[in-house]
Amino acid sequence: MQTDRTLILGLIETCREVIAAHADHLCELDRAIGDGDHGTNMRRGCDAVYVDRDRLSGMPLAQALEKIGLTLVMNIGGASGPLYGTLLIEMGRKLGSNAHKTNFAAIVGEAIDAVARRGRSQEGDKTLLDVLYPVHTEMVRQSALVRIADTAKESAQLTAGMRAMRGRASFLGDRSIGHVDPGASSCALLATAICHYLKEYRPA
Amino acid sequence: MNGKIANVGIVIVSHSPLVAKGTADMVRQMVGDGVPLSWCGGNAEGGLGTNTAGILEAIEAAWSDHGVAVFVDLGGAETNSEMAIEMLGQPRSGLVAICNAPIVEGAVIAAAEASGGASLAKVVATAEELSPS
Repeated sequence: MQTDRTLILGLIETCREVIAAHADHLCELDRAIGDGDHGTNMRRGCDAVYVDRDRLSGMPLAQALEKIGLTLVMNIGGASGPLYGTLLIEMGRKLGSNAHKTNFAAIVGEAIDAVARRGRSQEGDKTLLDVLYPVHTEMVRQSALVRIADTAKESAQLTAGMRAMRGRASFLGDRSIGHVDPGASSCALLATAICHYLKEYRPA
Repeated sequence: MNGKIANVGIVIVSHSPLVAKGTADMVRQMVGDGVPLSWCGGNAEGGLGTNTAGILEAIEAAWSDHGVAVFVDLGGAETNSEMAIEMLGQPRSGLVAICNAPIVEGAVIAAAEASGGASLAKVVATAEELSPS
């Protein structure tokens, strides 16, 4: 349980820090093809989780993930709230019901599928899925954390070449091409930060 | 709250508090107090956006055991409304439907239909006739 506590606390702080440091940039990306509030929304969500960190880090990992997801839903707003929320809620639920034969990559894969269903979108639509799926592929391959982080960053950049099929950016049609998707960008920032944290993390 | 009222409830969800409230005003003008009605507009800070907690409160406020029809504007309003409905849990979540219809016209027509005692399915179908399929 002590391991969970340190890990959960560390991840909450890491995610909040990286979003706070890049919130303005995320808003800037969102202004180009959306409504300009992605950074603000993500920061509001991460702050809400951070405020609740003592309670959350006292929970088993599965339960904490589910509660963090719920907090994100209730606080991020926009389409990102339900999408990030669904990812964590599903991961928590799957992990909780599957604790004895934990294949974490498979759990993450199922949670990503739930995000795709929630957003009624698929890979190539210029969304956070274009980072989540490649990251998942690397997880299945059991790639090194550094490699997973690089994949996340590269995948986010690749969304610049895509035409948005979902969300407000899709109203722009071809004019959405040439801009990195803000959701993919925040997803890559979080994935990268989490990989770096886990690389340094030593269970007590 | 309004579980005893026999008419279907109407909830309006917009990114803008002004749009949500304005739409609710137009519904009220049409049907008075004959239909449970509530709205949610904007993010938690009162700016443009959506928030699931607010939508959940709006559904509770317009609750009817005969069902609730929800009208949304853009993507995030729909996704957050779906999330809020799921959070109600079964069996209540099965009594709430998001209408694929223009928010203002849909809400007014649905409310008119609901005020005559129509079922949720009929209220939704009438509003959705407005949407090109």
